[in-house]
Amino acid sequence: MYKTHLANQSYDFKTLRNLMAKASPARSGDYLAGVAAVNNLERVAAQWLLADVPLKQFLTEALVPYESDEVTRLIIDSHDTQAFAPISHLTVGDFRNWLLSDQADTATLNAIAAGLTPEMVAAVSKIMRIQDLILVAKKCRVITRFRGTIGLANRLSTRLQPNHPTDNPAGIAASILDGLLYGCGDAVIGINPATDNLEATTRLLHLLNDVIERYQIPTQACVLAHVTTTMKAIEQGAPVDLVFQSIAGTQKANDSFGINLAMLQEAHEMALALKRGTVGNNCMYFETGQGSALSANAHEGMDQQTCEARAYAVAREFKPLLVNTVVGFIGPEYLYDGKQIIRAGLEDHFCGKLLGLPMGCDVCYTNHAEADQDDMDMLLTQFTVAGGTFIMGVPGADDVMLNYQSTSFHDALYVRQVLGLRPAPEFEQWLQQHQLFDGDNRLIRKDVPALFGSVGLLPTK
Amino acid sequence: MIMTDQQPITPDPWQSLSQFTAARIALGRAGISLPTRACLDFQLAHALARDAVNIPLDFTELAERLAANGISSLSVQSQAENQRLYLQRPDLGRLLNPASQQCLTAHALLDFDAVVVVADGLSSTAIAHHAEPFLKLLLPELQARNYQLPPVCLAKYGRVAIGDAVAESFAARLCIVLIGERPGLSSPDSMGIYFTYQAKSGISTDADRNCISNIHANGLSYAQALYKLLFLIDTAEQLKLSGVNLKDETSTASEEIQGLK
Repeated sequence: MYKTHLANQSYDFKTLRNLMAKASPARSGDYLAGVAAVNNLERVAAQWLLADVPLKQFLTEALVPYESDEVTRLIIDSHDTQAFAPISHLTVGDFRNWLLSDQADTATLNAIAAGLTPEMVAAVSKIMRIQDLILVAKKCRVITRFRGTIGLANRLSTRLQPNHPTDNPAGIAASILDGLLYGCGDAVIGINPATDNLEATTRLLHLLNDVIERYQIPTQACVLAHVTTTMKAIEQGAPVDLVFQSIAGTQKANDSFGINLAMLQEAHEMALALKRGTVGNNCMYFETGQGSALSANAHEGMDQQTCEARAYAVAREFKPLLVNTVVGFIGPEYLYDGKQIIRAGLEDHFCGKLLGLPMGCDVCYTNHAEADQDDMDMLLTQFTVAGGTFIMGVPGADDVMLNYQSTSFHDALYVRQVLGLRPAPEFEQWLQQHQLFDGDNRLIRKDVPALFGSVGLLPTK
Repeated sequence: MIMTDQQPITPDPWQSLSQFTAARIALGRAGISLPTRACLDFQLAHALARDAVNIPLDFTELAERLAANGISSLSVQSQAENQRLYLQRPDLGRLLNPASQQCLTAHALLDFDAVVVVADGLSSTAIAHHAEPFLKLLLPELQARNYQLPPVCLAKYGRVAIGDAVAESFAARLCIVLIGERPGLSSPDSMGIYFTYQAKSGISTDADRNCISNIHANGLSYAQALYKLLFLIDTAEQLKLSGVNLKDETSTASEEIQGLK
């Protein structure tokens, strides 16, 4: 069915799943999985064939069987035929042309989002260049709300990530203060706990709640513990703003994370019932990353970028405030170098935005990846040019708990200055009120503002 | 670096908070960007971490140092042929190459109780710094338990699971792997120890292992790590298993012997 003849070579890709994998731009994880094209010609042959596949084909040829995978069932059962109608006659190649055209404006892209499946957007991304990924994503607008409004035009939000290797409250509080004084934290103040248990999680939830209440910060808190831990914390009356969970694009991979759709549904309902948002009720925070399914040996023969896009179907079901692709965290066996990390980050942002998600990116790398700060500057700049929703803010870009490098408070100020991007409006007002930023969104504070009193007043337990 | 007096830097007046965290806080700013000093500090840490990954471990020098301490060793290599392949194909790093397999088979003349494997992993500096001093403490303890031990196996381009193949070759019940951990900016030379009871190549998983992590000058001391490892070994011998069902209950006790560091 997927046969062609190109440059004196014959190709027969048998299945859509195989065709997608062979058409995917080169990355180490697909070689590790044994699904990548063996050479450039095979990749381009697959791309030519993929461009001719009708979008409708994705609704009838599931990449993972409907019967055995609840993510496939979610994708098929929640597909909106009416939203799909305006583009239902297109092939993947036509779809690319249409996305790049003026017909695909912000309103139209919003209207078709529910008619798109992850596989359709993954497919078209495979035949797009980086500038295409940027141009189309920039036209998408996804707005979410809790205590602030995330995703408005010409805004960039930041997650303040004050991790500490032993969850020491004073150490975490020190990093939070550092971040706030650099204008960071409107997307969320989110801690990765060193120990995932109820007691530690509850202690950190109270610490964050105290900071947000004491300084009246229009933002939300999150402790990135397992969803089951957070649910227990809610049952015990802990102050939970956002429920966090890592998610993946196959049922088997989600099994390996110890989650399923019903569990996420229950957690979502519990968080909604708390009604802690003031301007909206998007109360989920998801993280994803290419390679996570393969690392759980649960990729079902798919390439990692397609697996990743399918994770967005899971995210979309629960109307999250934030979705974060932690793109370079997983290591060089999945994304080898800066070039692969940069493209993956922009693909993930593009796919997530087309599907209607508030996509952020943890612009990051590990020390065994062939990458450095220059590569991160390139992804950071391109991601924000593409209209990325939020980035991380880690003191000095060095996460001393997770042992990897992300973006810093300074990095956020850099892209805001160069591209004229403002924080979420509620948070911007708070920054100006306490003379951290001036009316032109520039950092002006020299001393610690009166609000914070002496730094000795910071909560230390 | 020589600093001039007139610097267009805005300092942050909360350096005192650095006592609570190793995070890079209160860096100050040049405009809104990192001051030169902070920028170069980062590059220095990254250079050390990158070199720990990329500069190959000098296995000959390590073998000579061990021999000088009366510790015999064998050199083996995984199926990863070079560093680039090693980083991209963890599956190859878990398997012995054919020549190494033959070499071990030739040495496996009797049944052994335990094998000790030293793998470069992701930090050659970790192994260069910590393997020899730790082995000098560990091996006498194993000998005191009357364990039959083959020579220490030094594994190039090795992942944790390469120990399984070594243990199987020697029909050994206990498998101890010292390995260089993924380097962080603040800990480029961190060593880890993985312990597996009845290791089976291709079958044992992370759930079957116990890990003692973060062994370096500012982390776990040799004495603490040894105490934990011996507890795991002795308990595993009683329970006849390792992994998630074997809990490390030494945390309080090991804190008490911190002075031995």
